[in-house]
Parts: sequence; C-alpha cells; structure tokens
Amino acid sequence: MAVRAKAMGRAVARAPRDTAHEGFLGHRRGRWLKVSAALSLTAILAYALIDQTPRPNGGTALGYALGTLGAGLIVWLSLIGLRKRIITTGPYSLKGWTSAHVWLGLSLIVIATLHSGFQLGLNVHGLAYVLMMFVILSGLWGIYVYARLPALLSANRNEMTQPQMLAAIAALDRQLDTAAQPLGRDEADLVRMSIEGCDIGGSLWARLTGRYPGCGNSRAEAAVAALVDGQRRTGTADPRLVQILFLLERKGAALAQARRHVALKTRLELWLYVHVPATFALLAALVAHILSVFLYW
Amino acid sequence: MSERFRIAIIGSGPAGLSAAAHAAQLGLSHVLLEKTDHLSDTIYKYQKGKHVMATPAQLVLRAGGGLAFAAGKREAILGSWGERIAAAGVNVRLNAEVTAIAGAGDAIPGSVQAIVTRKRDGSSETRELQRHAPPYRLTLADGSAIIADTVILAIGTQGNPNLMACPGAALPHVQYQLDDPAAYNDEHIFVIGGGDAGIENALGLAADAAQGNVVTLVNRSAEFSTAKDANVKALLAARDAGRISIMTGTTTRAIEPGWVVLDTPEGEVRARCDRLIARMGSAPPRGFIEGCGVEFASSDRLAYPKLSAVFESTAPGIFVVGALAGYPLIKHCMNQGHDVVEFINGNTALLPADEPILAEKFTGLPGNRSVSDWLEFLRSRVSILAGMSLLQMREFMLDSEARLYRAGEVIFERNAPGSSLFGIADGEVRVEIDPGNPAITVALPQGSIVGEVGLISGRRRGATVRAGSDCILVEISRTAALRLMSAVPSARREVDRLTTERSVLQIAAIVATAKVETIPAGKAVISEGDSGDDIFIIRSGSMVVERQIGGKPVFLNYVPAGSFVGEMAVIDGGTRSATVRAAVKSDVIRLGGAAFRDLLAAKPDLLARLRAEMATRTAMNAMIESKKDSFRGLVDMYTGVANFLVENGVGEATDVLLIDEKLCVGCDNCEKACADSHDGLSRLDREAGRTYAHLHVPTSCRHCEHPHCMADCPPNAIHRGPTGEVYIDDSCIGCGNCQRGCPYGVIRMDKVPPKKPWLLSWLLFGQGPGPGEPDAKWSKKHAHAEAPKKAIKCDMCSGQSGGPACVRACPTGAAIRVSPEQFLTVALLDRGQG
Ligand SMILES: Cc1cc2nc3c(=O)[nH]c(=O)nc-3n(C[C@H](O)[C@H](O)[C@H](O)COP(=O)(O)OP(=O)(O)OC[C@H]3O[C@@H](n4cnc5c(N)ncnc54)[C@H](O)[C@@H]3O)c2cc1C
Ligand code: HEM
Ligand code: SF4
Ligand code: SF4
Ligand code: SF4
Repeated sequence: MAVRAKAMGRAVARAPRDTAHEGFLGHRRGRWLKVSAALSLTAILAYALIDQTPRPNGGTALGYALGTLGAGLIVWLSLIGLRKRIITTGPYSLKGWTSAHVWLGLSLIVIATLHSGFQLGLNVHGLAYVLMMFVILSGLWGIYVYARLPALLSANRNEMTQPQMLAAIAALDRQLDTAAQPLGRDEADLVRMSIEGCDIGGSLWARLTGRYPGCGNSRAEAAVAALVDGQRRTGTADPRLVQILFLLERKGAALAQARRHVALKTRLELWLYVHVPATFALLAALVAHILSVFLYW
Repeated sequence: MSERFRIAIIGSGPAGLSAAAHAAQLGLSHVLLEKTDHLSDTIYKYQKGKHVMATPAQLVLRAGGGLAFAAGKREAILGSWGERIAAAGVNVRLNAEVTAIAGAGDAIPGSVQAIVTRKRDGSSETRELQRHAPPYRLTLADGSAIIADTVILAIGTQGNPNLMACPGAALPHVQYQLDDPAAYNDEHIFVIGGGDAGIENALGLAADAAQGNVVTLVNRSAEFSTAKDANVKALLAARDAGRISIMTGTTTRAIEPGWVVLDTPEGEVRARCDRLIARMGSAPPRGFIEGCGVEFASSDRLAYPKLSAVFESTAPGIFVVGALAGYPLIKHCMNQGHDVVEFINGNTALLPADEPILAEKFTGLPGNRSVSDWLEFLRSRVSILAGMSLLQMREFMLDSEARLYRAGEVIFERNAPGSSLFGIADGEVRVEIDPGNPAITVALPQGSIVGEVGLISGRRRGATVRAGSDCILVEISRTAALRLMSAVPSARREVDRLTTERSVLQIAAIVATAKVETIPAGKAVISEGDSGDDIFIIRSGSMVVERQIGGKPVFLNYVPAGSFVGEMAVIDGGTRSATVRAAVKSDVIRLGGAAFRDLLAAKPDLLARLRAEMATRTAMNAMIESKKDSFRGLVDMYTGVANFLVENGVGEATDVLLIDEKLCVGCDNCEKACADSHDGLSRLDREAGRTYAHLHVPTSCRHCEHPHCMADCPPNAIHRGPTGEVYIDDSCIGCGNCQRGCPYGVIRMDKVPPKKPWLLSWLLFGQGPGPGEPDAKWSKKHAHAEAPKKAIKCDMCSGQSGGPACVRACPTGAAIRVSPEQFLTVALLDRGQG
C-alpha cells in the first residue's frame, strides 16, 4: 500500500488548516480590522502632523504616498475576483482575503479622502473618488445582505435543495394533470392555467420581490375555491374538485417556498452586479486620473 | 439412471466458464450447470452498457478454450464468451439449479462436519453431518440427479433471494428481480420489502407518471430501518406527491391470480395486483455450501470456505473457486477456473498466475528465497499468520507488503493516522511509550505484532515505533487484517488479547479483570448516580457524556476511541457524576475499580496524568453548569446541536465538513473549488443533508473510523491514506458496492469530464463552462473517448498543501472541516454565544 501511496503522490503529513469557527469579519480575532484601523490612524496622524505646503493635496509628498497606497489597494481589492475563481492547491484562505478586502476597502475612505486633501471638483479626479465611494457603499450593502440573509435562506430551505423544490412542483403538476382528466372542459382549463402559467424565475423585479401577479396557480386556486364554495352552499362539493383545490393549495405553498428561495439568492447576488461593474468603471477612472496627473501636470 | 461425469462445474460465472472451457479443451468429461437461463448471471445483471474492467493489470490471464477477457462493454464480453463456449464444445445445462450435493460412496471415518445455525434470537443449533466419499450425487431443482467424480463449486457470493412463503407464492406474477422498470405500464404493482432494493424498485416503477403504474410498497415493520436515509426520504416524498402508496406494519397473507391479500394493522385487505415484486434480501449461499460438507474458516459473516493450495475444500473432491473462494475479480476467477482443472487433471506442479506479482513484493528483501519460501517464512515466524494455508497466504500477501527496515528507521509515528497492522517476521521493534522522552522504549520481539490500536479504533497511532535492529515486517492492510481475523479464529483471539494487554500497560493483575464488551449505539455504560467504580477504555467507536440538569439531559462531552471513562469515581470516590452512552456501536474494555486503584497506587505518574485529564473534564462540566441558569437557552442549544451531530453519524467520523448556514451565502464556491481541484467533479453536495439550528452537515465524506464503503470492494481499491483520508485508487472497477455501502450517500458514480479551456479564456472570451463542475451537456459534447464510470469521493484534498479546497475557497468562513472531538467542545458553546 505504501508503495502505491507514493506512486499516487499522497501527502504523508496533514496540511495545516484553518478549523476556527469564525466568520470572515472576525477572521483571526479581527486581525484585518486592527490592520485597517492602524492604517487609517497612521494616515490621519501623518496628515495632521506633517506640514504640507502650500496646502494638502495629491501633489505633496504625503499626497503621493497616500495616492500610491490607495491605488495599490484598489488594484489589490479588485484581484479578489481572480482569487475567488483560480483554485490553486497552496495554502490560502478566501475567508482571509474577504476579511482583508472588507476592512482594507473601508480604510480607503480615510486614505483617499486625505489623499485628495478635501479638494474635489467636477473633473476626472472627482469622478474616480465618487466611483470609489460608490464601490465601497455597494460593498457595505453586500456586508448587510451577507449578515442578514443566510439565516433566512437556510430557514426557508428547510433541508430541501433547490432541485428538490423544483421536483416537488413538477410532481404536483403531474398529479394535477392526472386529477384533471375526468373533469369538464372549463374546469380542466383552470388546472391547465396552474400547470402552464407559473413562473419561478422571470424578470429581475419578479425574482426580487417574489411577486408574480399573473401567477396561474393563484388564479386557478381562487377560481376553484370559488367553485367549491358555491357547490358547498348549494349542497356537497364535487370531491374531485376538492382534491384539485387541495393540490393547488399545496402547489401554492411549494411555489412560495421556491420563490422565496430565488428572491433570497437574487438579493445575495444582486449587489455584486453593482459592485463589480462599478469596480471596472473605477479602475478605468483611476487610470484616467493617474494619466491626467502625469500628462497635464 | 443418472448421467456420470468426471467433473461437474456448478455456476457459469467467469470462474465456472473458464473451468468448463478448459475441461472441454482437455477433452475431460464434464458438465456445466447453471441455475438461470443464461450464462454468467452476476455479469448479466450489471447495468446495461457497463464498462467492465480487467484489473489487476499486471496479472496475466489464463483461460482455457480460447476464452478471452479484456476491459470492455458488458454486452461485448458476454457475447464473446457465449460464442467461445459454444465453439469449444462445452457441455452446458441451463436452468439447472443444484440444490444438494452428497457423497455417494462409503462414509468417511471420522469425517464429520458440525453445522451451526444461528437463530434470530441469538441462540444457535448444531447439526452434525457425516461426509461420504466421492463420487458425488448432485440433485437438481427439477428432481433429476447427476453423478460426478469431482465437483467445482463456482457459484459466486450472490446467494438466493429470500422467497415469499405465503400461499400462491409460485404464481407467475410473483418475481424477485426488476431488470427494467420502464417495461411495465398501467399495472397495479406491489413491491414487498422496505430495504434499499425494494425502495429503489418502487421509485423506478413510479418515476414516470406516464407509465400509469399504481405502485404500493409493503414493509413488515413500521420503520425503514435498513434502508439508506436518502432512499427513505425519496420514498416519503414520492408518497407525499401521491406517486406511491406505502403500507407499513403489513405482511402478505396470500397471493391469488390478479390479487394479493395483506395483513395490515387495520385488518385484512384484498387488493388488485398484476405484479408482485419481492425484494426481501437474499440468503448467502453459505447454508447450501455447508450442507455439501464444505467447512468455513469461522462463523464470521466475512469468512470463506477452508481450502487447500489446490482449491480443494474439506469435502474431498469438491473444489471451490472464484468469488466464493475469496477472489472477486473476474481475472482471478478465470485464472482459478483454469488452474483448478489443471490440478484435477493431475498437474499439481502448476504455479499460480499471481506468482510474478508476489515475487515482485519480495524483491527488495535480503536472502534469495522463492515466493513459496517467503510465504512459509512469514507464516512460520509471525504468530497470527500461523493458522493460514498456503493458498490463504497467497491471497493475503496480495493486499499486504513485506518490507525491510534498517535499525533506527521509523515504522510509524505517534499521531499519524493509519489502520494497518505490522507483523514482525525478523528482528525486533521498539515502541516509544513516553511521548516526552523517546529514550524510554519497550521492545517487541520477532513473532509479535504492532499497530493493532490503529486497526481496531481507526484512530491515530498512539506511539512512535522504530526498528530496534534491522528487521523484516509485513504490513497488513486493514481489509486483509479483518479477513485474516475472520479466517483464522486464533489470530482474532491473539489480536484481542494483545490490544487489551497493551491498553492497560502490560500490567498482568489488571488484565485478569479486564473484559471486552460491545456496547450498542445509545446504550449507557455508566449511569449518573450509580455507585459502580469500573473504569472503561474505549477501544473502538465513541461515547457521549451527559448529565441531568434541571430535569433534562445536558450534553457535556464527546469522548473518542482510545480514551478512558469512569476514572472519576475511582480517583475521587462517590457515585457516578454523569452518564456515558455509546454514540455509535463501540467496543470497550471494562476494568475492575479495585484492581485499577492498586495500579494507580503503584504508578503515580499515571495517576497524575489521569488527574490532569480529569481537571479539564471537570472544568468543562463546571462551565456548563455555571451557565445553566443565566444561559439556559444556550445550554439547551448546545445539547441539541451535539445530539443532532451524533445522530447524523458524526460519532463515527474522523473528519467532517460542516457549514454554518448563518454565514453561508449559497455561492457554491466550495463545490466549484472541489471540482476544480479534483478532475472536474465535485465530491460534495452542499445543499443536500441535514440541518439543525443553522448548522448543516452537507453530503460529503466523513472519513469514518471504520469505513462501511471499504467492506466489499472487489479490487480493494479503497484505503485509508497516511493523513487519515479514506480514498479510492485507480483500480476501482465501478461496481458501485461502496456507493451502496456508504450510509451517508457521499459516493457518486461518474466519468471524468473532458478538460476545460483555460480559466482566463473563460473570463475574457467566455470560452468553456467556467469554474466548477461542467454541466452534463457540455461534458458530453466535448468528451473524446468513452470513459468508464468510477466511484468518486472526497479524498480530504490529500496532497494539496493548502488542505481542503472547499474550506479554503469559502469566502465567508461558513465551511469548516473538523474532527468531532475538535468541534463537539467549547467551540460549540462559543457558537451559541457568538
Ligand atoms: C455491479 C458489479 C460490477 C462489477 N464489475 C467488475 C469489473 O468491472 N471487473 C471485475 O473484475 N469484477 C467486477 N465485479 C466482480 C465480479 O463480477 C464477480 O466477483 C465475479 O462475477 C465472480 O465470479 P464467479 O464466477 O465467482 O461467480 P458469479 O459470476 O457470481 O457466477 C455464479 C453463477 O453461478 C450460478 N449459480 C449460483 N448458484 C447456483 C446453483 N445452486 N446451481 C447452479 N448455478 C448456480 C449463478 O446463477 C451465476 O451465474 C463486479 C461486480 C458487481 C456486482
Ligand atoms: C474600492 C474598493 C473595492 C473594490 C475595487 C472592490 C472590488 C471587488 C471585486 C472585484 C470583488 C469580486 C466580486 C466577484 O468576483 O464575485 C469584490 C467582492 C467583494 N467585496 Fe469589494 N471592493 C471594494 C471595496 C469593498 C468594501 C469596502 C467592502 C465592504 C465593506 C467590500 C465587500 C466585498 C465583498 C463582501 C465581496 C464578496 C466576496 C465574495 O463573495 O466572494 N468591497 N470586491
Ligand atoms: S464514503 Fe461513506 S462510509 Fe466511506 S468513509 Fe466516507 S462517509 Fe464513511
Ligand atoms: S476536502 Fe477536498 S475532496 Fe473533500 S469535499 Fe472538500 S474539496 Fe472536495
Ligand atoms: S463556499 Fe461557503 S458561503 Fe459559499 S456556498 Fe460554500 S459554504 Fe456557503
């Protein structure tokens, strides 16, 4: 066995790994929070103590230093997108990356503002600043959803997987189809409405709110419920219709769960569709900002 | 008058076919008897289009009559065998099930076989069978008989399905197998039996509503305790979706044409039934074989018949080959079929085909010995091997290694995972018993074994072991060791004795009072408030410690194999302060309290060590108790989560993936990372699995102490690696036994997808499917050659210097891989607070 093991390149000693049960914000007992705070404090102190003539802006020595640091940070912060997707075998922790990303990203507020010396105008420099703040704000939005939504997603899932949710709905559709066979044309059409007229994905708005105003199932459910109610008032309800109403109600519940699932997943992702394109815009503006500084001194 | 043959071959699997073809080629009078209406039933029943693999690659094939075998599709192999068998003029009789074999000659003096039958209630009954000399009379199911001088038993290990016993069981609409669920339409079908086979059949029949089948599953008990969780869930979901009816607590009373009568808890029910599929498990062929006078090596479920070096059983003239002889690979089966006919024909000098493989194993060793001399050397010098035959030694060596260690060389290190056992054939080894001081050692002499703790508990090595002088050791893999212990009862006793002795530090007085006991899951060995003072060493399995607080049991601690429990009462006196229950089926060594107290008096350093351990346990208990008033909810939560984990098999895990669903954002980066670092196939299913209080146990391997998946792997492709991971090597033949064996459903059967274009070309130009597992459509479109389906599972990212990729790639820290003793402690309490 050992011979075989060697041939397969197995490890003989276990790789060190992070088994700490802590989220990314508190990674390694808040290491990056501390680094970021220290960085910001140093920048503030330097700004306050170092004499900058004629006046603080990007052109002084400190301004250059802060600017270089800020630009470097922005480029590094953008690289998390690659780190996330290139799976290498060495020791790295995306959690550590995210932790550093968030805290160092926040420190940019201080660093970039001090770099500007509080002079912002309606020009390419100001644009870069605004875009950066926009990216950071969208990041904060991300932190908010990452903190609040996972527990809701988990509770709504209730040990069901997404494919299982879809399968459950498909199974109810098959049962509805069978149950509708003996019905008359009009009633069967109602069932058809539920089977054919239900969306789970759909437009961004629908996915986010989980509201599907034209939902075939709710319309069918309302119509069949009205029919059954009517029959009950005049005598006994048709048991086949009662069965169908029961199935429609169950499908309604299954649809609601799947739609809540989709809504939560969409909200967990949506901010990235702002954060990432804004990052690209920021990188472009940053390049323009730096070029213009050096070209048109 | 029955026909007479020189050789009767029973069973037309690869072993039987090869024997028959060779007999035909040699012109020996023979008959091949097959139970079913086709050849080679086991292979016939493989899934359609299965790619059959020809392992081990180094082994040459010997098959008579021009029979060939190379890796290929099931259909092609069966087709070529059919043609060859016809061309070679083999005398085949299909639909010829042999039901009894008895010697027709005189009684053989002194040759009496004791057959022990164990009953459900645990009692057993012994019956004695007088053996008679050949020729043998073979009785067939249709009542006819055949006379043969020698018999080759090649019936495999499938056995017979348990049959319906009620009236009407012989009606034509009763069947015991379902080949193609899609073949039946608009029928009322009853499936009897709530095991995995029954559930899978029922689900298959009901899968497509368009088939219009009305499917009912009947189970004798109220629970589906023998089936896999995933199957039971799917079944209940199918019931809730109205596709299947389930009748529990129900038995069949009678079967009538077109109807079935059932005994239900509500009384008798008569229902329409066009087809009845009985899946009530199968009886292993052991009973039939013992009835022929063939003795097994032990009463163990894993045991094989006792055989001589020429495959002859304890009944003279009855030979056993193939899977039934303990060699489940097709190539081995065919070689043995050939060899046994040679032996019967008088060529006893023939060397087996695995000779070169064994020769290679001994090449690095000093002393120019032949393979059989080496085997004899090991057998005569390692005490636990003494009871084996030469044939058993050959098979045993295929899964073991013999190695030379120079004086001072490390054999294994403390805390390294490992479950193999070492036998000392030459020289001596030294065990460093004190981790603090490597100079304190105990010598183990030639003949002894070392490493048995890892074998039994499945946990890490307890001490570093070095070669004391130049020595030759035989390393016995866990599978080979288990087989050895079931084949040779004296080996089992020896291993038991040694583990007990060594766990209590070689103190003879204590060993006398020590008893090994097996504790079923959930049973307590110590109960709070009792006055006993026995102490327990957990040999395998694990235990949970709990205490009544405010009228409810509160979880205090998790104790893995290798630890003591019950020491507090011995050291401090008083009644038991907590209850200790088995988390999974566990073996413990029970020591008398009085003897243990004497031992402690004699060994103050042991006392000090125990006191230190006790102090941490007491501190933990005190901490939980202190929280009970202010943080009642927290303590309840802690107990709840701990119990949930134990219920989900974490008690037998050594390394388990957990996801904190308060952090998981559902990005599936964990699955993508797993796929991208493992041939493009993810070995974890994040969403599937149980969840409690937002703590999720996804479907991913737990690297069990005693992996169920390993139990029945024909090429022995599943191993525990040097860092504790359970992995499958390249010799997997795709039979799916491990997938069925794993109770946690973590093994998938799949083919490796084609290589994806480089990641950057996806990022920049949108080429290829992007990170993670490619979808099935893309894989199909881009696949080059036809790849076989193999078993795929987590290997704990062994060999990747960063450790588990799934954990590294999680952006939020939701995913962690931990050992249960790491997690079921204060970390869990912190979780509640955090
Ligand atoms: C799903 C699956 C996939 C596998 N894939 C591979 C692979 O790829 N490569 C590989 O090397 N191995 C593979 N194996 C293992 C291999 O198929 C078996 O170990 C092998 O077939 C055993 O051969 P045998 O001749 O000993 O017995 P079997 O092939 O089991 O044949 C026994 C025959 O005896 C007949 N029989 C039984 N009782 C009686 C009786 N009383 N009277 C008359 N006839 C009787 C049976 O009907 C059967 O035809 C696989 C096994 C399984 C289950
Ligand atoms: C100028 C500063 C920033 C830049 C350029 C930047 C850029 C990026 C980029 C490119 C990604 C990769 C997204 C992906 O590929 O999926 C990312 C992810 C992320 N960013 Fe930022 N970011 C910045 C600041 C921030 C700040 C201030 C925060 C938080 C307060 C933040 C929070 C996050 C989070 C939580 C992720 C997601 C990680 C993941 O799920 O993989 N970012 N950012
Ligand atoms: S595959 Fe299953 S049985 Fe095997 S070690 Fe993993 S969890 Fe245990
Ligand atoms: S440890 Fe490695 S192989 Fe196992 S699930 Fe995680 S990524 Fe996959
Ligand atoms: S990588 Fe982490 S956050 Fe993403 S799905 Fe997996 S466990 Fe959840």
